[in-house]
Amino acid sequence: MSLSNQLKNQHLMWRAGFGPAVEQLGDLSKYSPEQIYKALAKSSSKKTEYINVADNYLNGLVMGIGEVGKQQTRKLDEEQRKMVRQKSRDAVKNLNTYWMYEMVNSAAQLKEKMSLFWHNHFACRNLNIFYQQELLYIVRRNALGNFGTMLKDVSRSAAMLNFLNNQQNRKDHPNENFAREVMELFTMGRGNYTETDIKEAARAFTGWGSNAKGEFVFRRFQHDYGSKTVLGRTGNFDGEDVLNILLEERQTSYYITWKIYKYLVNEDADIEKVSWLADRFYDNDYDISKLLDDIFISDWFYDKKNIGAKIKSPVELLIGIRRILPMRLENEEALLVLQRLLGQLLFYPPNVAGWPGGKAWIDSSSLMLRMRIPQLINDMDEMNVQPKDDDDTMMGMKNTRMIQGMGKKVINADVDWKEYTKFYESVPRESLANTISGILLQTDKAVSEDLIKRYTDQSGRESFIKSATLQIMSTPEYQLC
Amino acid sequence: MLIKRKEFIQVGSLATASVLVPKFLKAFETPLPVPKGNKVVVVLQLSGGNDGLNTVIPYRNDLYYKARPRLGIERGNALSLTDETGLHPSLTGFKELFDDGSLSILNNVGYPNPDRSHFRSMDIWHAASQSNEYWTTGWLGRYLDAQCSGCDKPTQALELDDVLSLALKGEELRGIAMKDPRRLFGTANEKFFREVMKEHQKQDDERPVEYLYKTMAETLSSADYIFKQSRLHPTNATYPQTGLGNSLKTIASLIFSDINTRVYYVSLGSFDTHVNQGPQQQRLFTEMNDAVSAFVKDLKQQGKFDDVLLFTFSEFGRRVQQNASGGTDHGTANNMFFISGGLKQKGVLNAMPDLSDLTEDDLKHQVDFKSVYATILNKWLEADDKSILKKDYQHLSFI
Repeated sequence: MSLSNQLKNQHLMWRAGFGPAVEQLGDLSKYSPEQIYKALAKSSSKKTEYINVADNYLNGLVMGIGEVGKQQTRKLDEEQRKMVRQKSRDAVKNLNTYWMYEMVNSAAQLKEKMSLFWHNHFACRNLNIFYQQELLYIVRRNALGNFGTMLKDVSRSAAMLNFLNNQQNRKDHPNENFAREVMELFTMGRGNYTETDIKEAARAFTGWGSNAKGEFVFRRFQHDYGSKTVLGRTGNFDGEDVLNILLEERQTSYYITWKIYKYLVNEDADIEKVSWLADRFYDNDYDISKLLDDIFISDWFYDKKNIGAKIKSPVELLIGIRRILPMRLENEEALLVLQRLLGQLLFYPPNVAGWPGGKAWIDSSSLMLRMRIPQLINDMDEMNVQPKDDDDTMMGMKNTRMIQGMGKKVINADVDWKEYTKFYESVPRESLANTISGILLQTDKAVSEDLIKRYTDQSGRESFIKSATLQIMSTPEYQLC
Repeated sequence: MLIKRKEFIQVGSLATASVLVPKFLKAFETPLPVPKGNKVVVVLQLSGGNDGLNTVIPYRNDLYYKARPRLGIERGNALSLTDETGLHPSLTGFKELFDDGSLSILNNVGYPNPDRSHFRSMDIWHAASQSNEYWTTGWLGRYLDAQCSGCDKPTQALELDDVLSLALKGEELRGIAMKDPRRLFGTANEKFFREVMKEHQKQDDERPVEYLYKTMAETLSSADYIFKQSRLHPTNATYPQTGLGNSLKTIASLIFSDINTRVYYVSLGSFDTHVNQGPQQQRLFTEMNDAVSAFVKDLKQQGKFDDVLLFTFSEFGRRVQQNASGGTDHGTANNMFFISGGLKQKGVLNAMPDLSDLTEDDLKHQVDFKSVYATILNKWLEADDKSILKKDYQHLSFI
């Protein structure tokens, strides 16, 4: 039995974006997946804006650094430093909510979806807002572009150079951290190089650093100009040369393709498909858009085994709900609390390896909370769980402000149901529950109509649609896409 | 063979039930008797990087006072343990336990190439990996995997928190996190969840939806099980009305029940004392001291103290030198407390930190924390530490 365009397109919207938006629901049965994919790709081709959320105080400080540097290094006193740290932390929160907003509302769904992939691939914890903004700009700008260019831009970013200690990588005191992670996590994957390759590559990256403004600098006197041998090639390599060598290795194409396949198609990767895609990715000089075309225009992407087979990440779950149920949030920070509780706070990956994903999103507490979110949105449930402290950001201060500010109704959402309920206008009452399930769920088996009906408000058509929607979103099936 | 009708019915209905009810639902239908002498571990995590040098104080060492002219704790104020060492003044109960022979102290615990980021270093302690490895499972989670493969008892490791720590996440199994047995999932929609689960027809085991249903079933049945157990023999003892006090009280009630839990995990913090360290550490130590003292007293009264091992750890210690804000910055090696009626080696187990031999102003570690884990896994929990830690670490002799 062939699958309907509706289901295929929902599948496409979930994987090439964050699920269908309410205003798109009507189109999904009218077009073929290929038509929809082309439209998605087109709306992602616009120029990327630099997101700047730092306030005037911080911006002024950074603008001033150049001039101040010329005069004398002006020392900030302890109070000022504390204020800068606090403001920078707040700004990272704003960057988070700003980007979430883009994921919900932007037409460039494919770009934001891939940016989230690269945000995880080039995982970086850094409390400097300017470093984070720049790194986010790099991954969003290159998300659908050329992988080699993105790799080089990331490798020269202040965020990554500082996070991976390359500022301490000097001719006489090499620090291998940066070189190791570039090979292990950013390009080839573990087990495809030797410890000697890492040592030699680290020598090539000596002298790569950033200045106080966050710009890339090459510190000539710290660079090791001697001959190095990396992956069988010998020469007086610098960092750029090593990155080129890594890109020449087919293994890099394979590793990146494998990760993208798992992110977009199925955690259980089909090795034959991955090899085929990886060869083409390599031959197309790491053109990410072409790789995505290969995936989304293929027949196998729409195979039944790939539909509804992925556990949504917390961010995918939260964004997906907001796309289909447009809502105004009184307190956007509530989303950060949920991100933390569910284990995916943007800009704070667990380590440079990123969030492990898949089944790792799910344990008793995270699953139960995920299934409570629809009721929390509807103020039918109270928030009674608290995230763990994060000492890297809180510096020993209990951060109760975030929770207290929200009172009991944690999300305080004002949902605009009009367009959503309108979509079901012509659906007869008796098939409403099943139709809603079909729109919200990607799994072939859903919770029975009978059960949904027992837990819904039957007093009117509209209240039925609302309560059935929230109940269906409160099931294990809704955790999948 | 003649089977009496009554017996037949019993056997028959049991047989039917076992065919129909998925294994993970069945796990709790039969009581799980816990044999006497069943060993239990309580992990007390001091989050934020506790300052070990102001916890176990080298009060005969001039270098200590030289590095900490403002923060150093004077000999007269410290609680004397030996000629060389004293305890932080708030740890009066710990001093009693020390004198009693039920507390030992291991100094200079850490790992090679230490990381000074809270998150990363905690990650390393939870995963029990080397500092350049990124593992997605924790040591107690892998203990669950090893002990419990196919036995579906996710309550073997409990964390008293709303969010589950990496330490308790295994490849296949994960511990349970709950702050209060009365509300593991505490939600208005509970009845709906139970019906959704009841209605679900188990299919092919590999699909993610089955994994979600399995987790949900385990959660709901564990919640019931934990709640029932916590009310079986609730402790009457008095505990301080603090976060840690409440958690240890819950743990005590569960230890006195028949629950199959072997590992309890609880955290206290934040010990990240960059600024004005004195009052903050004192407040947290008072909370720890009072709660642990009440817990030990309770365990003793119930004759369980020999079977329970409580230990403390922190993601790192702090810099030897005090900073300019009346605090200390992130450091490396640290000490650990072991508390039990069943200790084999008591008192101060090894030499105090050598303050004249530092790396980049930080203490050098002498004992790898993974040796401590190996010892506990092997000697206390009778598990295969080598496969759980993926390496052979030297065993210590405190238990």
